[in-house]
Amino acid sequence: MEGTAVRGRLTWQTGTVSSVITETADTRTIVFDVPDWAGPGGIKQRAGQHLDVRLTAEDGYSAERSYSIASAPGEPLAITVQRLDDGEVSPYLTEELRAGDQLEVRGPIGGYFVWDGESDPLLLVAGGSGVVPLRCILRHRDRLGVSTPAELIYSVRTGPDVIYRDELGHYRGVELIYTLTREHPPGWTGLTGRVDAAMLGKYAWPAAQDPIAYVCGPTPFVEAVAEALVSLGYPPARVKTERFGATGDVNG
Amino acid sequence: MSPVTRGFHGKRRDAPADRVPPGQYVTEGFPVLSAGPTPHTKQQDWTFTIRQGGTERKSWTWSQLQAEPVEQVTTDIHCVTRWSKLDTHWQAVSIDTLLAQVQHDAKYVLAFCDGGYTTNLPVADVTGGQAWLAFGYEDGPLAPEHGGPVRLLVPHLYFWKSAKWVRGLDLLDHDRPGFWETYGYNMYGDPWKEQRYAGD
Repeated sequence: MEGTAVRGRLTWQTGTVSSVITETADTRTIVFDVPDWAGPGGIKQRAGQHLDVRLTAEDGYSAERSYSIASAPGEPLAITVQRLDDGEVSPYLTEELRAGDQLEVRGPIGGYFVWDGESDPLLLVAGGSGVVPLRCILRHRDRLGVSTPAELIYSVRTGPDVIYRDELGHYRGVELIYTLTREHPPGWTGLTGRVDAAMLGKYAWPAAQDPIAYVCGPTPFVEAVAEALVSLGYPPARVKTERFGATGDVNG
Repeated sequence: MSPVTRGFHGKRRDAPADRVPPGQYVTEGFPVLSAGPTPHTKQQDWTFTIRQGGTERKSWTWSQLQAEPVEQVTTDIHCVTRWSKLDTHWQAVSIDTLLAQVQHDAKYVLAFCDGGYTTNLPVADVTGGQAWLAFGYEDGPLAPEHGGPVRLLVPHLYFWKSAKWVRGLDLLDHDRPGFWETYGYNMYGDPWKEQRYAGD
């Protein structure tokens, strides 16, 4: 049930990096070995939640950030991180971290931007690395084996910026719509330009089907998409949002 | 004792330690945290109501709020998602000014907002010059994505307590969780004690 996402105290646990996967030029998926995370009796993760990460330097200086969880409930913990040039933590995670390294994690956190396998038509709208918690939802849907109708509208600058491209193409019963906002290759037959009310009016579930929308990306993207969905008749309570701030970290 | 993360040095930003709580970093931006679409309530449609036991005790329109003494507030703010922003400037009316016009012995308030958001606060934390209704930010009106036309400003607690799009306070005898508090965030939210989540 909603509202009981965190029971008792959330404690920091040491996670050991088991692998680092190159997703795009500036994006890596980091898979952790965390005791008692996955498997029966493991942590009760829900699709869409996030995680706190703490890195500690030799002199004790530490930095903490929140990241969306990329792995589905029951899987080994993974996050997907995009490098931000002026960041403190993301350059380290995307360029320096390697298998065997240790850092601390605590979570999962959040009980609102979550999906538990409901049957209502699912609209996922991603801007850039905002696809991460939505990928978690799609993996969870796939592992549950439910037939919830789902569509992902995924906005990226250019084709090579698409994260999880191969995986997303393999999900059954998921309508996948890319829109490229900056450059598109010759012969590109998909959509171009930003997600707006006209695009959503044409491709998103009509409000009459009582869909539930999850929108994640940079703040201006989320503001525009959420407002467009409301203008198309989606009740605000059926539009769940997660915004990335100036730093690119999860904002909630 | 935290394990050392090999090869991590961090970017030591020279932020004054007495102004940046543990686990926070200073940002120049103003990130946005909201669970849903941004409401767009017009000033002329906005009211602020203090209620108790479901009954209205006092209500202000936009222009009535403007007629109250306006303060210029300079303060640091701290979001639970770890950004802190120093020396923000607000135009605001003190909650002391408003609560002084209502006889009550409540111990807690639950702020309620457009969009259905709520958050809980002890009365002791919204009085004594610690909390405001803010409608101006830096040199202009408060933008809708940051909570305009009016948000709560309670800067000594994590910023989710500074409810956006605020429309009133329910006076309560007992503490009752609001929106994020129901989803596992701390009932109080002191950034200096890192009270981010339930149990912290």
